Amino acid sequence: MIDKTVNQRAWFLVLPVVVLVAFNALIPLMTVVNYSVQETFGNNVFFFEGVKWFEQILNSERFHASLLRQLSFTGIILLIEIPLGVAIALSMPKKGPWVSVCLVLMALPLLIPWNVVGAMWNIFALPDIGLLGRMINGMGFDYNFTQQPLAAWFTTVLMDVWHWTSLVVLLAYAGLSSIPDAYYQAARIDGASAWSVFRFIQLPKLKRVLTIAILLRFMDSFMIYTEPFVLTGGGPGNTTTFLSIDLVKIALGQFDLGPAAAMSLIYFLIILVMSWIFYTLMMRNEEQ
Amino acid sequence: MAKITLDQVRHSYLDHPESPDDWALKELDVVWSDGGAYALLGPSGCGKTTLLNVISGLLQPSHGRVLFDDRDVTNVPSEHREIAQVFQFPVVYDTMTVFDNRAFPLRNRGIPEAQVKSRVEEIARMLDLEAALGNRASGLTADGKQKISLGRGLVRSDVNVIMFDEPLTVIDPHLKWQLRSKLKELQQEVGATMIYVTHDQTEALTFADKVVVMLEGQVVQIGTPEELFDKPGHTFVGHFIGSPGMNLLPCEIIDGFPSFLGHKLDIAQAVDVPADATRMEIGVRPEFLHFDSKGLPVDIVRVDDVGRYRIVEVSHKSHAIKLVTPENVPIPEDKGHLAFDLTKTHVYADGWIIN
Repeated sequence: MIDKTVNQRAWFLVLPVVVLVAFNALIPLMTVVNYSVQETFGNNVFFFEGVKWFEQILNSERFHASLLRQLSFTGIILLIEIPLGVAIALSMPKKGPWVSVCLVLMALPLLIPWNVVGAMWNIFALPDIGLLGRMINGMGFDYNFTQQPLAAWFTTVLMDVWHWTSLVVLLAYAGLSSIPDAYYQAARIDGASAWSVFRFIQLPKLKRVLTIAILLRFMDSFMIYTEPFVLTGGGPGNTTTFLSIDLVKIALGQFDLGPAAAMSLIYFLIILVMSWIFYTLMMRNEEQ
Repeated sequence: MAKITLDQVRHSYLDHPESPDDWALKELDVVWSDGGAYALLGPSGCGKTTLLNVISGLLQPSHGRVLFDDRDVTNVPSEHREIAQVFQFPVVYDTMTVFDNRAFPLRNRGIPEAQVKSRVEEIARMLDLEAALGNRASGLTADGKQKISLGRGLVRSDVNVIMFDEPLTVIDPHLKWQLRSKLKELQQEVGATMIYVTHDQTEALTFADKVVVMLEGQVVQIGTPEELFDKPGHTFVGHFIGSPGMNLLPCEIIDGFPSFLGHKLDIAQAVDVPADATRMEIGVRPEFLHFDSKGLPVDIVRVDDVGRYRIVEVSHKSHAIKLVTPENVPIPEDKGHLAFDLTKTHVYADGWIIN
């Protein structure tokens, strides 16, 4: 006989976490799954519809358009925020009293609630009374983000860059300050140029934190809702209607619970799959 | 290759040093001759790394000049001093191959690729590392990475000096011994001036022709391993080098000869006591004491057999004294008499030897 050494009672210790996860994630998610396969006309009466809503969403041009807008937005802000964040982190002081000043200044935008950021930029960019809007128009550009799609995009991207580049800066700065001095000293003695130092020391050492930064910024920006909603309301027209804004319009504006639930699940799966792909690609690179 | 001169070099990390303790380096005048193998030995925090960084130009000394031959390089940045340095912890460029890592200092100086290749391969052969040249450097063990760093240090043939800052700290003990002998061999083969920083006396004594011993920002003695052993210039050297360290016994000087609690020693040469000396000591290594029929009466306290010799601890009026005796020499039972090798017994005033 082999003594049974596994003590199943240990599961009780995991129970609180299981319950917590169940209540804040699994159960709400299951209600969404439930809605996504049913039709309702109110009065709490539901009919089973199978995968009809999924087919409808996947074939709808409206969904394709907002997905495309979402992908473009995320792509643009990643292309700006990651290099800009690294550049700012590189130019920050390494030691001395200015370090904390810089860090506090950098952290400030991150502390402002999303809807406040949206409201701030809305007023800041208004062409008639906003400082930014007046300035751009004063320089001779015709700028009105409430009516011009391009101006609306420009403002939304600028707002996101202002709000979130700090996160990349802080992560990159932490990564940079963990590089031992010996690397820089060795590089100096080896006669390396500033570019070589960046290319062969700083960038490789930043890889891990940048992976995290890209993943966080990807997920966050892909789910962005409050800021563009307050800033542009998804307009003009539908030009800044990103996935989550569109989702809320379907769910709460039109009260189409079934399609909205189906869309939520598709949206969720896209984020999950893309995060997984990002992560695997970057980690595979790491192992080589 | 060059002779390196430190001319009244002092350094403090503080802007306004006040007390002597504020100086990481206190007034150094050292000449490192061309092609020498030096070890810089001292306890942690004595200023070894600071001194190294002053020579390599990573630090600007607060005072004094650094000369390579007759050229004043005090204000020349590291990259133009034509030196190489290997650090305590391996520095490798992760994304490059082993070959590219080694070639990096050469390529940065625009040396033709054919020459780079032959030089890197030559160094790899010297370090027994030909096979791995194409591998990515990031996957290697600490040993492997440090060998890359060593290779990068040795790859340039035109350097004035190669400096090693405790390079074997991260290496396994058995490889340590191998690499140390390898470095010594390379030094003779290449003929470059090398300065090897360590706090390990074995490392220092096996590597170096000359050992520079530092304590609290000062050089206390420069000498061959034999000189450091036979005639320590400072009680610290006597204590730091050798195991067990030198015995120090308080003494007074009577007519130029030391006397330990009434026991007078007729050392080889009479000494002059400096007027301001406050503390006088006799220093004698455990190796230069033996039991005899007459001499200083002592009690035997304990005997440790450490293999080929024995360490005997004895005491005379509560002063502990250690001596080393070969295995075949009998040790008296309880009490015995101690004789001093008078040519190798020295007198120290406030820590410094009196000749």
